Amino acid sequence: MTPLIEASSIGVRFGDQSILHDISMSVVPGEIVTIVGPNGSGKTTLLRALTGSVKLSSGTIIRRADLRIGYAPQRLTIDKTLPITVDRFLSITDKASRSERQSALADAGIEALENKQLAALSGGQFQRALLARAILRKPNLLALDEPTQGLDQPATVAFYRLIERVREQTGCGVLMVSHDLHVVMSASDRVLCVNGHICCEGTPTVVSEAPEYRAMFGSGTAGALALYQHHHDHSHGDA
Amino acid sequence: MFEPFILIALAAGIGIALAAGPLGCFVVWRRMAYFGDATSHAAILGVALALLMDTPIILGILITAVGMALAVAVQREAVLAIDTLLGVAAHAALALGLFVISLVPGRPLDLESYLFGDILSLGPTDLVIIWIGVGIVFGILYWHWNAWLLSTLDFDLASAEGLKPDLERLVLALTIAVLVAISIKVVGALLITAMLIIPAATARIISQTPERMALISAGFGAFAVYAGLYLSVWLDTPAGPSIVTVAAITFAATQTLRLLR
Repeated sequence: MTPLIEASSIGVRFGDQSILHDISMSVVPGEIVTIVGPNGSGKTTLLRALTGSVKLSSGTIIRRADLRIGYAPQRLTIDKTLPITVDRFLSITDKASRSERQSALADAGIEALENKQLAALSGGQFQRALLARAILRKPNLLALDEPTQGLDQPATVAFYRLIERVREQTGCGVLMVSHDLHVVMSASDRVLCVNGHICCEGTPTVVSEAPEYRAMFGSGTAGALALYQHHHDHSHGDA
Repeated sequence: MFEPFILIALAAGIGIALAAGPLGCFVVWRRMAYFGDATSHAAILGVALALLMDTPIILGILITAVGMALAVAVQREAVLAIDTLLGVAAHAALALGLFVISLVPGRPLDLESYLFGDILSLGPTDLVIIWIGVGIVFGILYWHWNAWLLSTLDFDLASAEGLKPDLERLVLALTIAVLVAISIKVVGALLITAMLIIPAATARIISQTPERMALISAGFGAFAVYAGLYLSVWLDTPAGPSIVTVAAITFAATQTLRLLR
């Protein structure tokens, strides 16, 4: 299957500082790829490089001609001087119908908030609004940066169910950055463990047992992973 | 109140206000007030260069205003903060412009009319040029509105959706330069930024969406032009400052009403 997006030996520098080097990876339609890594490892920068908002200092990224990214940034600083409702935010660049907008909000669990000011949302509500907007674009690649930040545990579970449902319905690829290690890993087809470069990659089980991963995160999460593993063993053979 | 020169002044001023309203919202949202100053002060340098080279003054203004917009839009990752750089650029352009104008033989120019505007002396040709400029600003606003809005909300979100936020920022800066070039005879180089930010700031507190804010801002601007011109004719005060005074009073009144509620 042609990858939606394929990076070959990419590097990113900010001034003299190398943030990422020699990263090669790809996402094909229908797979969920999760980028994990400690704070300051460059995982958000990697996502931003792939979505095109950071200049590469080396390497190339090939995007499939019909690539359509639905991106939800980690957070968005809404300037108080800019009044905007959730509903207007959903339709800035894509002309979705009102019923489409409402069903996207309902999917994200915030159907009651359509007329609320964006700046007045709580952290969790804001994450959902970003997700609703990303889904509404009918993307073939969902790029989500720490999407469960600010969500409590049931909401996090519901969130991953929604992501899986969207993937099943639309066949889109999902590229996700997370610190929420065990939950994310069980929902992923492939995990990239990043710390300036790709330390290790593979299925959640392989990565969680890799010495590089354990050196970085300790083995404490491996037990939690096992706790969630049964969700995953009998589903989606499409990756 | 309805002699021809007043009607021309009204038509010119309201045109500027309608274009400045929505553009001014972006100036407020993106914190570009200093950029407005730098561009409009550069216009004085443009007047000086046009006099030296004997070219139409609006051309000189357009060239320096666009030059300033380009210089500001392409610079990044500087050692000095952007407001410092813009402060340097604004005052350097103003000082250099005044310096050069005084060197032009004969000084055939009423400098005050460029610093504070001279809306009551506009002719039909000026009016046509102003409305062509207003039309250009409206066209760009129409085509770029959503792209500017998303780029203003978040650079990364805009990039991921295939926009080029840096390019959008440049187009916005150039559009402001066009507005400055056509506004200089109406409100003057020192007060153009006021027409951009005061109506937008007034509109903010009673707006729920960006579009509402843009429309209300244009409305407040047009009101300030109408009432300011009236004041100016009635009390024989300079028109540009009278217009901005009305805008400022409107701003103060809406803020006060909000605090009292």
